[in-house]
Amino acid sequence: MRYVAGRLTIAVASLAAVVVAGFFLFRILPGDPVRAMTEGREVTAEQREELRRQFGLDQPLWQQFLDYASGLLRLDLGMSFQYREPVAELILNRLGPTLLLAGTGTVIAALLGLFLGSRAGWRPGGRPDRVHTAVALFFWSVPTFWLGLLLIVFLASGRGFIPGMFPTGGMVDPRTDGLADTVLNTAWHMVLPITTMVAVIYAQYLMIMRSSLMDEKGADYLTTARAKGLRDALVRRRHAVPNALLPTVTLVFLNLGQVVSGVILVETVFSWPGLGQLFYSGLRVPDLGLVQGLFVVFAASVILMNLLADLVYPLLDPRVRP
Amino acid sequence: MSAAPAAADEGGTNTLTIATSQQVDSFNPFVAQLAITTNVLRHVYDSLVTVDPETGQPAPSLAESWESSDDGLTWTFHLREDVRFTDGEPLTADDVVWTFTTMMENEAAAVANGNYVTSFESVTAQDDHAVVIELERPQATMTSLNVPIVPQHVWEPILEEQGDSFADYNNEDFPTVGSGPFVLTGHDPGRSITLEANPDHWRGAPGFDRIVFRYYSEKDAAVEALRSGEVSFVYELTQAQAEALQSAENIRVNIADGKRFQAFTINPGAVTQDGEEFGDGHPALADRTLRQAIVMAIDNQEIVDKAHGGQAVAAGGYIPPRYSDFHWTPEGDQAFPDFDPEAANAMLDEAGYERGPDGVRVSPEGDRLELRMHVHQDRPANVNAGLILVERLADVGIEVRNLTVDPGVLSDALFAGEYDLIFTGWTVNPDPDYVLSIHTCGALPVEPGTMQGDAYFCDEEYDELYQAQLAEYDREARAGIIHQLQEVLHREAVVNVLAYPNIMEAYRTDHIASIRYEPAEGGNIWGQDGYWALWSAEPAANRVEGSAGGPSTAVWVGVGAAVLVLAAAGGLLLRRRRATMGDRE
Repeated sequence: MRYVAGRLTIAVASLAAVVVAGFFLFRILPGDPVRAMTEGREVTAEQREELRRQFGLDQPLWQQFLDYASGLLRLDLGMSFQYREPVAELILNRLGPTLLLAGTGTVIAALLGLFLGSRAGWRPGGRPDRVHTAVALFFWSVPTFWLGLLLIVFLASGRGFIPGMFPTGGMVDPRTDGLADTVLNTAWHMVLPITTMVAVIYAQYLMIMRSSLMDEKGADYLTTARAKGLRDALVRRRHAVPNALLPTVTLVFLNLGQVVSGVILVETVFSWPGLGQLFYSGLRVPDLGLVQGLFVVFAASVILMNLLADLVYPLLDPRVRP
Repeated sequence: MSAAPAAADEGGTNTLTIATSQQVDSFNPFVAQLAITTNVLRHVYDSLVTVDPETGQPAPSLAESWESSDDGLTWTFHLREDVRFTDGEPLTADDVVWTFTTMMENEAAAVANGNYVTSFESVTAQDDHAVVIELERPQATMTSLNVPIVPQHVWEPILEEQGDSFADYNNEDFPTVGSGPFVLTGHDPGRSITLEANPDHWRGAPGFDRIVFRYYSEKDAAVEALRSGEVSFVYELTQAQAEALQSAENIRVNIADGKRFQAFTINPGAVTQDGEEFGDGHPALADRTLRQAIVMAIDNQEIVDKAHGGQAVAAGGYIPPRYSDFHWTPEGDQAFPDFDPEAANAMLDEAGYERGPDGVRVSPEGDRLELRMHVHQDRPANVNAGLILVERLADVGIEVRNLTVDPGVLSDALFAGEYDLIFTGWTVNPDPDYVLSIHTCGALPVEPGTMQGDAYFCDEEYDELYQAQLAEYDREARAGIIHQLQEVLHREAVVNVLAYPNIMEAYRTDHIASIRYEPAEGGNIWGQDGYWALWSAEPAANRVEGSAGGPSTAVWVGVGAAVLVLAAAGGLLLRRRRATMGDRE
């Protein structure tokens, strides 16, 4: 119980720090939201002042912070300047698509990475190891943006003899109606973004599984298992892999931060209507209300995941139980 | 103007799909700021006056005709009598009066278009179809009142209900009621905006039944969507994108005369209206001779060729040549200062700017001519032009420190007066009043940071000419004064126009049979001041549209291919596994 309480305190403290940092961090950003939004528009100084008043930017900084912090306590994330809508509502509307994309992508990448990693790590230096590691590291170092655009060019736009097989962007054709069609159409739209995302991130699961398995390889219980006359594949599957999985579980949780940043890029290339796209559009203004709200939500979800990992880990591994 | 009835008799609906990236701020026409929303709203609400698609000059819209008193302070607009809103109610003078009066009385409702009513004293209905506007002082934009006229019977209750939070009302009760050629019927944030044709529009029904804006965060992805036929039209292309599309099948690239100018300004010393100096501009730049020498070192044609890849026109005056009567070209006696590096060097030598041992000049007061230059890093043409400027100014003994920065950093430096050279640019509307007004002394900041203009320019002669053109309603005479204004700007060398970048956009000819440019010669499709393009666009005759939502054959091909690949991989794996199992046992 003390363990749980301790973890909770740390989580709450980090969240508070994130709120304060987020508020001031984005206010140091260069640029002025009102000027940026009225850029190129024939507005008078009075119109700019009115906008500043509507956004609450005419208040002193400490007042803005107090308003913001007290709003947060009421779960009110404030208003977006650019969309003129409550930030919480905007985030809720975009949460579904992001969870769909990031969730599916992470699951596939983790499964693929763990599977290939267990093969590679079993015989380090062998041919499967060299091939899988090289391919995974190649995709890991490819810029997400470039890979996404390449897939669009070759598989979506219909150039030369290759027909355009997949959509270039978006989540579902606006003309689609009916549940079955929507599901099918969405799945079709997901192929390229998921491929991009998986290709870029599966390497980390592969590498951690590989090294984790290599650590287990010399363990005595494996010798015992072999001595029992078990087949090599069985030794790996039933004995080595379950033990090697432990560190990877933490990784899956800890990686959420990276999933978030990866998803921002994937969503941008594929015009996926999720949080990443929202963040990107907010940063361009800068839409202070929106970006600080998103920052808090992103940070909170990473903190939450860390907390979960901390709480779940003792259940999986009796050795770390206090 | 022939009416263009829709050809939707085959049972399907004709949809024109446009790729866009800008998010919607608000569909409330009193509040909307961003280009995407103001453009959409132009198709939903009519305004009193529009521009002629042939000539670009003011043309009748809701107002059939108008006249002004001799002193130019009383304007009477005579409305068409056959205009109805899409809910069937007639549009009368009361709607016009209510729209303008609301903007005059309610600050929150003035955010979008308040600049059009700054000199209004009163707006009254003379009868059902005549509106009288009394002005406090002359206003140049009276024949280009590009303000959406809204139905009073819809908006009055909204204003009452919303009260102080009127600015947050985003007008998304679809379908919206307006009088324009299209009706706003849907908005799915980050995904699409949908407009349906108003078949009863007084100008005639639009050619397409539906306009859909689809979101593409990245322009490169939007270009690919145009190639694949997912969208019919893409706008604001870069030169590289336009060139790549030139050779694509069924795609027409439209290169239109630019509305924008690209310029750099020289900090002549930032001051407030009360004359308080602030900022840290290089002190020598207060000297006009030095500023002129800087301008003379730069070849605008080189900027066009190298920075824009030829897709621009080398600048003359402040107003782009697209607006032919207002445009002014420095020629003859007025050509000075023009490109002539030798003369620039001679001028600087004579004015006492001596070259130091490293070739960089030093001002008579002893300040080394090392200048900072702020460039927008998100605008390739500015970045390229910046590189050229560094070289050319070195030719006349001026060292430039190139600061290619985030637009936010650039804007902060400008408003704080902490710059020497800085890039800028404006889109000039058919009436150039606003872009001229930002260089009057009245546009200087009241206190540091609040500047209305973008150059800390203040010149008595300029102010007098500006006032004169405001009160001059004879177009030709006004154009003459506007030429003189540009001459002053050119001579003072604070605001220095480099080029007028072309507008580049592309559409699919197998989706769109015809579409009207504004103006007809060298005009553009997106960002028109009227609604000519989307109203006039005709669907291509053999346009076969996939039924709404049904996955095309390509989906099945794709799914089939994926399944095959998986099956093959699975089979291979199984075989290998069997083989190794054999080995091991």
